[in-house]
Amino acid sequence: MVDLSQKFDVLVIGGGNAALCAAISARRAGASVLVLEGAPKFYRGGNTRHTRNMRCAHDAATDILTGPYTEEEFWDDLLRLTGGQTDEELAKFMIAESKDILNWIVEQGVRWQPSLGGTLSLGRTNSFFLGGGRAMLNALYRTAEKLGVVIVYDAEVADLQIERGVFLSASLGQPVDGVTEVRASTLVAAAGGFEANIEWLKQYWGEAADNFLIRGTPYNRGSILKLLLDKGVQEVGDPTQCHAVAIDARAPKFDGGIITRHDSVVFGIVVNKHAQRFHDEGEDIWPKRYAIWGRLVAAQPDQIAYIIFDASVRNSFMPTLFPPIEGASIAELAGKLGLEPAALEKTVTDFNAAVRPGTFDHTILDDCRTEGVTPPKTHWARRIEAPPYLAYPVRPGITFTYLGTRVNRQARLVMKDGTPAANMFAAGEIMAGNVLGKGYAAGIGMTIGSVFGRVAGREAAKNARN
Amino acid sequence: MHGTRILEEADRLMTVCNSCRYCEGLCAVFPAMEMRRSFSDGDLNYLANLCHSCGACYTDCQFAPPHEFNVNVPKTLALARADSYAAYAWPRAFAGAFARNGLVISLIAAFSVAAFIFGFAAWHDPQVLFGVHIGPGAFYRLMPHNAMVVLFGAAFLYAIVALVMGVRAFWRDIGEPAGIKTGVAELFQAIRDAGTLRYLDGGGDGCFNEDDRPTDRRRLYHHLTFYGFALCFASTSVATMYHYLLARQAPYPWWDLPVVLGTLGGIGLLIGPAGLLAERWQRDPELTDGARRGMDVAFIVMLFFTSLTGMALLLWRETAAMGPLLALHLGVVFALFVTMPYGKFVHGIYRFAALVRYAMERKALAQGAAE
Repeated sequence: MVDLSQKFDVLVIGGGNAALCAAISARRAGASVLVLEGAPKFYRGGNTRHTRNMRCAHDAATDILTGPYTEEEFWDDLLRLTGGQTDEELAKFMIAESKDILNWIVEQGVRWQPSLGGTLSLGRTNSFFLGGGRAMLNALYRTAEKLGVVIVYDAEVADLQIERGVFLSASLGQPVDGVTEVRASTLVAAAGGFEANIEWLKQYWGEAADNFLIRGTPYNRGSILKLLLDKGVQEVGDPTQCHAVAIDARAPKFDGGIITRHDSVVFGIVVNKHAQRFHDEGEDIWPKRYAIWGRLVAAQPDQIAYIIFDASVRNSFMPTLFPPIEGASIAELAGKLGLEPAALEKTVTDFNAAVRPGTFDHTILDDCRTEGVTPPKTHWARRIEAPPYLAYPVRPGITFTYLGTRVNRQARLVMKDGTPAANMFAAGEIMAGNVLGKGYAAGIGMTIGSVFGRVAGREAAKNARN
Repeated sequence: MHGTRILEEADRLMTVCNSCRYCEGLCAVFPAMEMRRSFSDGDLNYLANLCHSCGACYTDCQFAPPHEFNVNVPKTLALARADSYAAYAWPRAFAGAFARNGLVISLIAAFSVAAFIFGFAAWHDPQVLFGVHIGPGAFYRLMPHNAMVVLFGAAFLYAIVALVMGVRAFWRDIGEPAGIKTGVAELFQAIRDAGTLRYLDGGGDGCFNEDDRPTDRRRLYHHLTFYGFALCFASTSVATMYHYLLARQAPYPWWDLPVVLGTLGGIGLLIGPAGLLAERWQRDPELTDGARRGMDVAFIVMLFFTSLTGMALLLWRETAAMGPLLALHLGVVFALFVTMPYGKFVHGIYRFAALVRYAMERKALAQGAAE
């Protein structure tokens, strides 16, 4: 049994990729390290559980990466996807550091594999974890335990004692071995965002947030983020924004992960509960289209929508967890979906009438489009006419939130007055907003977590020694 | 839709896994799954027999229990695999042997040993049974060589016929990929994959047994068991050739090939099964097929006793204990032979067939991609 009443060099709050990289790097730098994970052991690691790859710069192909992905290209991608909402110095620092992470993370026991089947075009840029995110986490935990990092589960931190930018101790919601106050020389906050905190989401989204499904665990409540912001740490990122995709409405409220997603929008039309189309289903190419539909559905009445397609495209996309709902006719399908049959028939008829001839190719912005229907479908438009007719009900699935804490290149927290905190660091989703003001690209969250986790651990250990 | 509740569950899991695919680098099961969008009974039995039960996908799965998706592939496929042995058993009337396999194997073994002891005792007067016999042909003073050949040859032949019929039914059920014939390359690939237990390595780190730390112990023990068994088989084959081609009769001196092969194999067949049994007992109950443990234990124990009695016979063959020990050893070996098609032994046959099928599918896929 470990004595939690001792004062640790480094306290890491959180249990995902960033937290474990910080813990391992601090421990390797000679510090005594305590990790407090708020979730039970099975649900440890927050969103890392559901990840599958990491985006790292590299100058040449490797045995698992099909070609080079230079720092410059990475930076161009980041600039484009954030629309410039990024801290250039921090972002370029992260990109440069990401090169070495490819090797460092392997030294911590994580194993790579080539890109997965059905993951389109990520084979050059993204390194995939053999066995997925939980396998990656398991490896990091095994390494941390072997190094002597102390890990406590179900250890929710209820309060932080911070005086004038100096961290003193953390108060546990429930005592662990009789200890309620944990002392440490330095703090690494790596406890994620607040995507599972429906009440907090409601501040920005109103009652609609009740209909949101959360893709990760119920433990991503953002309590550490809130404590830090309340205690004088500078905030970064748009608090009202979150990354949302369209996921199956039959998915569980929490932790449905990646397998509830739908990317079949391009093969049909999307209607709301009044059986009306509301957005151009052919607007953009993967992965951007994948990321816009969560937000679009969130804006519809009751936050529900239905992807409608026909039997001709049934096998054109990856198999889905939930089977499509079937109807021999559009009216029958409408009945099963609880939509007004006449309204859905009219929507489909109008759409079909507007489809112009073209050559279908879902991998490019093809020339299959509609004319004379609002909204238009500008690409991949084909008539829905081969029974049985099929549908997936979808709701917004919240992946992560953008609000975070400001950090500098040492991953050191920056206080509201712009001064660096004396002994507080942050890594992962809780500070992702520094680099990722908006948008997303596959694997970038893991890069932020590993790079800044490693830096935060190293700096915290150094800080604790002084 | 499916024949059994277990296959229904296997279908549900493969649907979950096919929409995730994180595990495709761990073994052959998931790439094979990805080649399909729906799963027939034959498909599921194929995947079940392709699974080596390394447990990596369970440890790595974000949807494993206690998650509400309740994804436990190793356990479900272990249950489906055990069911498939019964489903393909020949003749059909003996499929029930798999239902209470531990009991059935134990009874047959006990009966077989008793029959040999009783037979020896009835055939010979006590001076012969408890006498000291040395020199060439010593064993055959207790049981004539021809009697041994007829009895064991018949048992072995029966086992082979029953196994061939079973694997034929399996092969038909899992369906040959269209347009692909089994080639030498695919057979060699399957032999390599089976011989190295390639898919028992959890994707490289080892298999998971009692907890979430991978080890390679099960693979080591399985290698000792399998190659021990192979050496013992080689020993018997060499001895047969000695007998017929060189007219040299057993027992052979300790330095002679049959004894050396048999001794090395016997040591493997003592350590290997003992290790497998220990691993089996420590195994996380979440990963096992629970009630059907009897089948595994029965086979492992049979192999262990085969070796133990053989080694005892080698050690005391020049004493008065030779007669009873020979009866014991022959009894165990006879029981091993006749129960081969109706116990855990079949796992190797079906898994090998599944690996051949997998090698063929990979080839078909590569050809398709090349076109």
